[in-house]
Amino acid sequence: MDKKPLRILIAKPGLDGHDRGAKVIVRALRDAGFEVIYTGIRQTPEMIAAAALQEDVDAVGLSLLSGAHMTLFPEIVKRLRKAGLRDVLVFGGGIIPDEDVAPLEKAGVDRVFGPGTPLSEIVSYLNEKLPVAR
Amino acid sequence: MPAKNDPSDLIRRVRKGDHAAASRALSLVVDEDAAAEALSKEFFKSAGTVQKLGVCGPPGAGKSTLTGRLISRYRKLGLTVGVLMVDPSSSLSGGAFLGDRLRIMEHATDPGVFIRSLASRGMVGGLTHAIFGAVHVLEALGCGKIVVETVGTGQDEVDIASVADTVVYVTTPAMGDEIQAMKAGAMEVGDVFVVNKADLAGGDKAVADLKGALGLGRSAGQAPRAWEPPVAATSALTGAGVEELGRLLDAHWEHLKASGEGRERLKRQHATELQFWIHRHVLRRALERVDGKSLDELLAHKTDPASLGRRLLKA
Ligand SMILES: Nc1nc2c(ncn2[C@@H]2O[C@H](COP(=O)(O)OP(=O)(O)O)[C@@H](O)[C@H]2O)c(=O)[nH]1
Ligand SMILES: [Mg+2]
Repeated sequence: MDKKPLRILIAKPGLDGHDRGAKVIVRALRDAGFEVIYTGIRQTPEMIAAAALQEDVDAVGLSLLSGAHMTLFPEIVKRLRKAGLRDVLVFGGGIIPDEDVAPLEKAGVDRVFGPGTPLSEIVSYLNEKLPVAR
Repeated sequence: MPAKNDPSDLIRRVRKGDHAAASRALSLVVDEDAAAEALSKEFFKSAGTVQKLGVCGPPGAGKSTLTGRLISRYRKLGLTVGVLMVDPSSSLSGGAFLGDRLRIMEHATDPGVFIRSLASRGMVGGLTHAIFGAVHVLEALGCGKIVVETVGTGQDEVDIASVADTVVYVTTPAMGDEIQAMKAGAMEVGDVFVVNKADLAGGDKAVADLKGALGLGRSAGQAPRAWEPPVAATSALTGAGVEELGRLLDAHWEHLKASGEGRERLKRQHATELQFWIHRHVLRRALERVDGKSLDELLAHKTDPASLGRRLLKA
């Protein structure tokens, strides 16, 4: 049987209203063969967890520019796990200082991509990491 | 604890209204997983009990936003709602941009609303072959109303009329030319027509044009039908006209139940579902068995297409 496309949710938590960067990632992932669900800006952790559950995604990508990543990213991971989504891969991107990366990874964010990361790097990362055992 | 994809556990949980189980069941069905058949067999039992709305029309008409408004209306009436939003897969990469959910995020955390985005995965037109199985999962989940959103105009490989009970065709004032040139397929497929974005200029004219076009289709010697497709004007942005639209949708459902037309449609839906099953499991399997060796036999005229075809179908 032909290979089934992997599903990725891209969400923008926090209050910043720009989603140009997120949409660029969405398109790059689509062109790399992923089914990408985009939920838009100003998403609460509850909304992101509910969408991830209903869409049965393999990974959740979070994009954030506003600087609230240290509270929002761990909160989202917590919500996902609480919803029973233990295996869903969580990755993030945005303007995130180096010293925040290790604590975020400890909080369950599998990988943090800095600004200017080539899109191909995100694609190969996902292809390498997924699928997690469903 | 039962394994994550254990069919009997999933069936039990879906029937209890568990969103996580429904979500996983949908994946298995859409991916044509080995477990899917056991699930579908069970879920089919609850097929055809609630109204399935098919919301179709050109991209940008406001289908998703309007669906959000209809969800609010149904929730106020105490009904749970299941939504399937289908977008085309890219024929180049096989990937898809599923962005409909964005318009209805206000319902994201409502436990009475279940929303799933689907990609068309290689089907021509706005729907996926797995749409029937996906609908049955939502029926088993106990949704009071089901909405299927798709682009699509009535000339697709699976057309929305063979999936939904009530087809809602959404257009806008800006698409006036389109109404003029509207394909016969779209005209025939709609049970209720909507001019959305009625807050924009030209709404009244678009409604009149559409009514004219619908009337025209009928005066060509046809007998009056038991249900004449009405035209509603809405603004999904402000909510204006949504209650009126909702009442028309309810009226169509009552008409289907009272007239026997509902049974006819369900029969057609099931017939199409059967056709798809045969297509996926019989034709495709046979085609997959065509290999170099059998083609060589054909070239050497040791066999002929009909004999080879019969053999491959039986294999
Ligand atoms: N002015 C106006 N804009 C609308 C209305 N309904 C939807 N829109 C906008 O039209 C665009 C497309 O809407 P969407 O629901 O995604 O359309 P779809 O592609 O048919 O699902 C969005 O920017 C909506 O905000 C409406 O009634 N009036
Ligand atoms: Mg849409």
